[in-house]
Amino acid sequence: MTSSEPPVLPTLLMFRVRELRFHAELRERYHVLDFFTSGEPLHGFLAAAAADPDPPRALVTAGGDSVSVDAAFLDAVPSLRFVFSTGAGLDHIDLDECARRGVAVANSGTVYSTDVADHAVGMLVDVLRRVSAAERFVRRGLWPLQGDYPLGTKLGGKRVGIIGLGNIGSLMAKRLEAFGCVIHYNSRKPKESVSYRYFTTVHDLASESDVLVVACVLSKETHHVVNRDVLDALGKDGIVINIGRGLNIDEAELVSALAEGRIAGAGLDVFEKEPKVPAELFSMDNVVLTHHCAAFTKESRSDLRDATIGNLEAFFSGKPLLTPVLPR
Amino acid sequence: MESLGVLLLHPLDTYLEQELDRRCRLLRLWDAPLDRRGEFLLAHASSIRAVVTGGGSGAGGDAALIDALPRLEIIACYAVGFDRVDLTRCRERGVRVTNTPGVLTDDVADLAVGLAIAALRRIPHADRYVRAGLWKANNGHYGLTTQFSGKRVGIIGLGRIGLAIAKRVEGFGCPVSYYQRTRQQQAYPNYTYLPTVVQLAADSDVLVVACSLNEQSHGIVSCELIEALGPRGVLVNVGRGEHVDQPELVAALAEGRLGGAGLDVFEAEPDVPEALMALDNVVLAPHMGSGTRETRKAMADLVLANLEAHALSKPLLTPVV
Repeated sequence: MTSSEPPVLPTLLMFRVRELRFHAELRERYHVLDFFTSGEPLHGFLAAAAADPDPPRALVTAGGDSVSVDAAFLDAVPSLRFVFSTGAGLDHIDLDECARRGVAVANSGTVYSTDVADHAVGMLVDVLRRVSAAERFVRRGLWPLQGDYPLGTKLGGKRVGIIGLGNIGSLMAKRLEAFGCVIHYNSRKPKESVSYRYFTTVHDLASESDVLVVACVLSKETHHVVNRDVLDALGKDGIVINIGRGLNIDEAELVSALAEGRIAGAGLDVFEKEPKVPAELFSMDNVVLTHHCAAFTKESRSDLRDATIGNLEAFFSGKPLLTPVLPR
Repeated sequence: MESLGVLLLHPLDTYLEQELDRRCRLLRLWDAPLDRRGEFLLAHASSIRAVVTGGGSGAGGDAALIDALPRLEIIACYAVGFDRVDLTRCRERGVRVTNTPGVLTDDVADLAVGLAIAALRRIPHADRYVRAGLWKANNGHYGLTTQFSGKRVGIIGLGRIGLAIAKRVEGFGCPVSYYQRTRQQQAYPNYTYLPTVVQLAADSDVLVVACSLNEQSHGIVSCELIEALGPRGVLVNVGRGEHVDQPELVAALAEGRLGGAGLDVFEAEPDVPEALMALDNVVLAPHMGSGTRETRKAMADLVLANLEAHALSKPLLTPVV
């Protein structure tokens, strides 16, 4: 063995459509087999990976545009012992199958939570105080022509009902309290460590909230958790903020509630069929629309890089994972 | 106060106007065409004992107006800023002046923080992007914005509004520093005092103007301060347009010497320079810091209460002079 041979880099499977800047660093540390640039169908790609002289023990995957890491996938690459998900969600990974096979799983932990909470608070202020709408007014040259922009409504004293008091919901609550908002919430179970008022159903939460915030994961239980009944309970002065998933809300019902004035406004970062946004919303001044960007700042990208490389390095050196999901 | 002759200088608020009409003897300055205002004042001078004015660029209360109204006793400002009122002339003439502090503190602070987040996270810009159909067209190639939480916030003027801003940004883990004319006797253990405004800018990621407008604070956001704030810094102005060297601000934003801005006030409202409108790194608001239904009613009620107290020779609620 000659001393000039470079160290053999461990093989890493990569399932992510859009290249991030730190992927170059991954290529320096690992022998990366990238599915989306291979151009091959999944079956052939996995077969080739499994036949690699050093078959991959780890996989990096995003949510959304990635394939499912299910039984068939795991069968095709039996060398796989660790899955790292860069996204917030885990619905594309069959956790039970991974647990059964002793495959460890880690995700990006809380790297996005602060930014999503900040974006949600920013949207809430925007809707109540009409920031984006008033900006359009100014940019169209209407201020000299039409005088003052119509008045918004005060934040202080508003009851903010948060669906899902996880990391993001808790960070939002802390921020909104400083604005004088009153925090209400619904969660699978009440949280003993908080003094916010708990509601057993989302309907009850909506009926005693001025702002309803979707901050929960998407699951069978939370699919269309904000539906016609909840919107009716929220009422004509209520507003909805969604920084969860588009499917948490019955989008058609939301659009008609807004069109008919049955609720007062909305701030939406996510939609049922992104990047498609219902056209009816474009003519509304009481909605704020963003392109599923609540998580994406330079800072969270840097934290994601640290979490990805940190967890991979931990796995390959036999150390405890930084942000494990499995083993629990 | 049915016999109190009140001159309203410009339209402010429907409720306020209706109440003044109902409870006083109201005259509206804009009933006279612009070129006949002098005649109008002359014709009504003997009955005008009170003036009500706002806080924007249209506001009045200068020496010329005061001199034209020999029976003037009180100027009630529907605003917390009274920079347009000639206080010296008022003192000479024994004219009282009131404003509307306190009731609008929360709203202005809310908007200041809202503008900071809007500028750093580019929320209005994203909203324009989506409405223009660009999300669908570009499918996700937008770029990363800048986190707000944890950014160093510098506040010029730690008065009521400045303190309310500090309290809100603390919830985001932002360290707070401040500058003001006189270091407070009361210590703020969580906030760092800096002895010059340029040092404050150098130590801040987000700089908020929350002080009153007077001789010393005029143009406080100077070329030197903007340079200290720098290409990644964001300026938020909820004070007065005159706090800022506006041409310098516009140039700095356009050239990238200043990272961004959230502006609620401008030099010559309601005119906003075309050069500012052309920029994507600025959020523009039409002087709406106190612009909520709840607060404008509270401000109107405070103006009315001050006028009534004056009419009844009782102590004014919120006097400036």
